[in-house]
Amino acid sequence: MSAPLLSVKNLQKYFPTSKNVGFRKEKLQVKAVDGISFDLMKGETLGLVGESGCGKTTAGRTILKLIEPTAGQIIFDGKDITTLRPGLMTPLRVHMQIIFQDPFSALNPRQTVGKIISAPFEIQKVNPDGGVKKEVAALMDRVGLNPEHYNRYPHEFSGGQRQRIGIARAIALKPKLIVADEPVSALDVSIQAQVINLIDDLQKEDGISIIFIAHDLSVVQHISDRVAVMYLGKIMEIAKTEDLFSAPHHPYTTALLSAVPQPDPRGERSRERIILKGDLPSPINPPEGCVFNTRCWKVQEICRIKTPELLTVGKSSVACHFPE
Amino acid sequence: MPRFILRRAYFATLTILLVSIVVYGVFSLLPFDPAALTCGQKCTPAIVEANRVKLGFDKPLWEQYWLFLSGIFLGRTYGAGSAEFTCPAPSFGYSFNENTCVTDMLKEALPVTINLAIGAFVIWMVVGVGLGLIAAKFRGRYPDTLSSVFVLLGTSLPTFVTGLFFLIYVTIKWKIVPLSLSGYVSVFDDPVRYFQYFILPWLTLAILYAAFYTRFTRATVLETLGEDYIRTARAKGLSEKTVLLKHTMRAALAPITTSASLDIAGLIGGAIITESIFNLAGLGRMTLQSVYEFDLSVVVATTILAATVVISMNLIVDIAYGYLDPRVRVK
Amino acid sequence: MKNLLEIRDLKVTFPTDDGLVQAVDGVSIEVAPGETVAIVGESGSGKTVTSLSVLGLHNRKLTQISGSIIVKDKDESLDIVSAPLDKIRGYRGRVVSMIFQDPMSSLHPYYKIGSQLAEAYLVHHPGQKEAANNKALEMLSLVGISEPKVRAKEYPHQFSGGMRQRVMIAMALMNDPAVLIADEPTTALDVTVQAQILQLLKDLQQKLNMGILLITHDLGIVAQVADRVSVMYAGRIVEQGGVDDIFYNPHAPYTLGLLKSVPRIGRAGSERLKAIPGQPPSLINLPTGCAFAPRCEYISLAPGDSCQTLKPDLLGLADSHRSRCHVPEGMRDKSFAAEIKGART
Repeated sequence: MSAPLLSVKNLQKYFPTSKNVGFRKEKLQVKAVDGISFDLMKGETLGLVGESGCGKTTAGRTILKLIEPTAGQIIFDGKDITTLRPGLMTPLRVHMQIIFQDPFSALNPRQTVGKIISAPFEIQKVNPDGGVKKEVAALMDRVGLNPEHYNRYPHEFSGGQRQRIGIARAIALKPKLIVADEPVSALDVSIQAQVINLIDDLQKEDGISIIFIAHDLSVVQHISDRVAVMYLGKIMEIAKTEDLFSAPHHPYTTALLSAVPQPDPRGERSRERIILKGDLPSPINPPEGCVFNTRCWKVQEICRIKTPELLTVGKSSVACHFPE
Repeated sequence: MPRFILRRAYFATLTILLVSIVVYGVFSLLPFDPAALTCGQKCTPAIVEANRVKLGFDKPLWEQYWLFLSGIFLGRTYGAGSAEFTCPAPSFGYSFNENTCVTDMLKEALPVTINLAIGAFVIWMVVGVGLGLIAAKFRGRYPDTLSSVFVLLGTSLPTFVTGLFFLIYVTIKWKIVPLSLSGYVSVFDDPVRYFQYFILPWLTLAILYAAFYTRFTRATVLETLGEDYIRTARAKGLSEKTVLLKHTMRAALAPITTSASLDIAGLIGGAIITESIFNLAGLGRMTLQSVYEFDLSVVVATTILAATVVISMNLIVDIAYGYLDPRVRVK
Repeated sequence: MKNLLEIRDLKVTFPTDDGLVQAVDGVSIEVAPGETVAIVGESGSGKTVTSLSVLGLHNRKLTQISGSIIVKDKDESLDIVSAPLDKIRGYRGRVVSMIFQDPMSSLHPYYKIGSQLAEAYLVHHPGQKEAANNKALEMLSLVGISEPKVRAKEYPHQFSGGMRQRVMIAMALMNDPAVLIADEPTTALDVTVQAQILQLLKDLQQKLNMGILLITHDLGIVAQVADRVSVMYAGRIVEQGGVDDIFYNPHAPYTLGLLKSVPRIGRAGSERLKAIPGQPPSLINLPTGCAFAPRCEYISLAPGDSCQTLKPDLLGLADSHRSRCHVPEGMRDKSFAAEIKGART
């Protein structure tokens, strides 16, 4: 087996925060990402799924070192980049890119589309064959934009087209890794499918590895080879997509799957739904033991005391004392 | 909640102390000999030296500051023997130009300024917030256009123009308001003369601020009217009046109050131009005069006083904000 | 009239800087007691404008509105389109209530939850303060908020997103309305919380026999809760029918396209999604023919160039299932059904 492109080991990101206690400020930490580990192979898509506040976005940005990790290790392409200074990260950025959720705010409104897409070439001082302009036109064509719109501004494009611009920018330097942070959740259904297909095609053609962050399980299932389910900064379950969706082992995965309504009225009518009680606990003060214990229907005494390790159950890795 | 207030009050006190050190230091380091300024034309070095010792200017700076600070709480005695005199607490120093304790000067000037500021404040808030509300309600129609003309005029005419206009036309040419030659009278002693004394200065100040508050209120109300919770209020079946005066105004209140408190605090530091035009013996005019005459103890005292008012008002706003906006309240 | 709400041939236009927008064009929808009617569509389809005009909450100064919106209240009824505003106000929150997409911003941040709820009752029952407060507590516990007495004294920011949507629902139900309009009620919420809220709405509907008009873009939610569905595209209803008709026997190419383009859990992940090509049209310059024609793959089946020149009517063999398409219904029936079967397996 070949070495993974990316190896994340026990990654932590705590954000400092504080609370006034009398005249003193009590220092607290938001445990946004609290010890996650996984490998990503070349050409593989890993879905990172969870509800808001589970740390999936922070995880994605920390892996790209857009945020400094608190602890743990990030090994990219055989190189430990965990503590690499920003200056030394720059040459590596050719290989690691990000696509953002909001196609409206992620593009500079005062720059033309051509300028936005050619920025990576300028920053990395890469001069492709035939010049930057020709390469940008080819990129625009590839993501389904009309190259004649080179001199237009982002506001002249629809949401779906703007997301294509973001994708063109991300793939410009032929990166090895792309973190796609909710790339389709701001888009309408009919446009969403176009963008998913585009990401799918580009990945197959270029062999890019993708970390696909999303809250929509249907989308994640469609696009990912493997899926990691996050809850309160931890990975609850990680498995091959078909294994995770056909036989979820963690109660949280089961509940999440059960909660997603499907466009199938007869199926919906006959379906037994698990409805979780309550809300997500605060990541400043997560529950002792298993973080899911406050909402789990299988909770036992040990869940409140001991944090479960990520262990192999069937074909999956599951962090649960009582996996299904 | 009380703890939060204590905390803020503690920091406000520290800030005032720091301001007093900086102000005292800056004015003391100016290249003037304060003692030399104390005597007139028939000055001899001996008198200067005597005054220097008498007023404590011979001591090191930190000690001078300490004497100044303790004087505020304990009062201060200058000179010795037959020439001894005392400014009782709270003493902000002694003015040689006026030959009197600064505190006594403040006692004269403060009521004028406070009355000026509060009267103007009431007028501008009523006019500004009222007009702003009307402009927002009738957005894009007649009342809105008229109010925007008022805003344009009010903000672009400086107070010395409106003030002089009032003085020359309303008082001197048209004789609508008699020229008030006597000084300040309390409203309780002679309400008619009180209003004659203040009405034009009030209007002069109020027009400027009312214009600002018309614009501010209009913008805040329009922004609030676009909020989702205003749509919710309408969906409940509430009348447009309730939606505007209750739901919208309640939300617009917090920013308007904050801004208004800080503006009035600034005025108490002295409305220099207005006081000068109408010859009001207030704090602003007093400060201006003392600057001309290098009367440093008066300048230091008024500067620190003005800073204290602004800082205290900030503190009050902070605390009030907790009541106005529940989201700011500390759990 | 057995329906609680009847929208007939609703047309809404309003001016923008770029020109006149035909946001809603000839929409007719009914809601009967105990029934959930969904309006599905993408952004710009006119679904939200339709829902807002039911309460007369559209911008009345700028908007031109025609058709009728009949709301039934016990023995009398009111046409929202033609009625004066003070008459409509008497219906808002009492006969028809509404909950909105974003529970974070839809509650007033400066008033206590309890008083916001009580106010909804007091508008229509002036002076009955005690009854209003009791009703507020009763409604809070009905929507599953524990310790209602304590929580009524709290402010919205002390509630989580899901809890705020519960509060919004409680507030909407203060006067036992006949119809509840839910405009994307769970879009801003997480999926586990969404499941809680949808369940709550279903339970309440059974208990109170309300009609619900649900506005959503999510076909999964429609499948889960709707009885009847109207699919909107570019301001018009392109297909209307029972939920099973729409999902298993779609007649409009747009409906079919939507169904084929959503990823489904359980379907083989490697299979490519069948996206609808192109973009929705601008509402300012709608095509003369069918608005969906530029994106439609079936125009060759229609007679002549009817798709480009004529707007199709909403027709159907059965009154309960109608669609807009120039392609003969018999022809669509067969080929569409086969495709949808393919999409489901």
